[in-house]
Amino acid sequence: MQDLGISILFKGTNFLRLLGGLGITLKISLISAALSVPLGIAFGMFMTIKNPVTRAISRIYLDFIRIMPQLVLLFIVFFGATRMFGWNLSNEFSAIFVFAMWGTAEMGDLVRSALISIPKHQYESAEALGMTKLQTYFQIIIPQTLRRLIPNTINLVTRMIKTTSLVVLIGIVEVMKVGQQIIDANRFEYPTAALWIYGVIFFLYFFTCWPISIVAKKLEAKWKN
Amino acid sequence: MSDIVLEVKDLVKEFDGETILNGIDLQIEKGEVVVVLGPSGCGKSTLLRCMNGLEEVRSGQILLDGEPVEKGARNIYKIRQRIGMVFQSYDLFPHKTILDNITLAPIKVQKRNKADAEREAKELLERVNLAEKADAYPRQLSGGQKQRVAIVRALCMHPEIMLFDEVTAALDPEMVREVLDVILELANQGLTMVIVTHEMSFARAVADRVIFIDDGKIVEENSPEQFFTSPKTDRAKAFLNTFEFEPARHKEAEFSI
Repeated sequence: MQDLGISILFKGTNFLRLLGGLGITLKISLISAALSVPLGIAFGMFMTIKNPVTRAISRIYLDFIRIMPQLVLLFIVFFGATRMFGWNLSNEFSAIFVFAMWGTAEMGDLVRSALISIPKHQYESAEALGMTKLQTYFQIIIPQTLRRLIPNTINLVTRMIKTTSLVVLIGIVEVMKVGQQIIDANRFEYPTAALWIYGVIFFLYFFTCWPISIVAKKLEAKWKN
Repeated sequence: MSDIVLEVKDLVKEFDGETILNGIDLQIEKGEVVVVLGPSGCGKSTLLRCMNGLEEVRSGQILLDGEPVEKGARNIYKIRQRIGMVFQSYDLFPHKTILDNITLAPIKVQKRNKADAEREAKELLERVNLAEKADAYPRQLSGGQKQRVAIVRALCMHPEIMLFDEVTAALDPEMVREVLDVILELANQGLTMVIVTHEMSFARAVADRVIFIDDGKIVEENSPEQFFTSPKTDRAKAFLNTFEFEPARHKEAEFSI
């Protein structure tokens, strides 16, 4: 068969299947990101508490999650939890759980560094104006922190989207896996399928992450202070 | 006694085991301008910060109209609304416009009507010649302008007393004047103020009373005229001498060659 390999996309429901796979990818990464951002903000505030015990706890958590490859974490949760405790976790739940834990750790560290980068005098001038701790946080500190956080948070979310390709290994059929299935099923009919399918996946990832960075740039420009 | 606004009673403040303030007694009357002088590290800024409940104290008391000013106390937020404070580093809120910087606390803290607060803020800005900057952001202002906005921000809360903590120390020399002029005008209007400064001629011009602090203690309390011409204590004399300079020798040497 000498026609272009790209026609593989239009064979049967191949393209729709790829989009479905992308849907799974997005579902896992966006749910994890949506959990990570608020939990990370809380964790970041927890990390700024000046107490040796909370410091040690947050340090251990952060380092543990950071040092472990995400793949190992996925295996520990998905296979390990079943063996150890007999929990029958679904693979999607395990994936979301691991990515949310990872995201919380990374987001927490971003929040921590943003919080400590706000000068002490910002707190003091707010308090000198009679604001309560809560008012100081909501009116002065958090708005400034959010502005500083935008670029790094977007970076983290796009990293989460890309890293979800690992979940294939605990049996989740996401966009990469769908692509491999299509390639394998058409190996003889379309020998160049790999190039085309992976090329399309590249663009799917690109057009998922690109709008996010555009929004981030807009926000950054709007809040440039 | 009734016209004493702020009273400091036997205040002791320690930091990391070091005594910063060691038994300060001070009374500030309504309408009085008290200037606090002293060498760096003598505790004068710490004293000012204690007066606004920003520092924990070891012992002693600070009273605003008889009510204790105490860090961590439940009503400290209420008390602080009645004390205006301006810091060395101005610290405007960078994410808010000049107008919002000024009206934020009146609206959110004092729950005042937005339109009223804005009208007053604009009037005050007019008085410090910054009316046209109302919609600008702090980064678009010079240091002197920012400091004047910081003063207006504190004034808009209608404080009973204003505390100025070395407000010109971080400014370029030519911007010092515009800020000090604003404070002088406030003094003329009868605002009660405590001023920590290194500007000696300004101190002399604005003060009703000079407090000289060294090693955490009040060494001398005097009228500005007496303090600057004939100080009572040797320590104050030595301090004032550090602002005098002998003419450099090379000038004489040039003539003799």
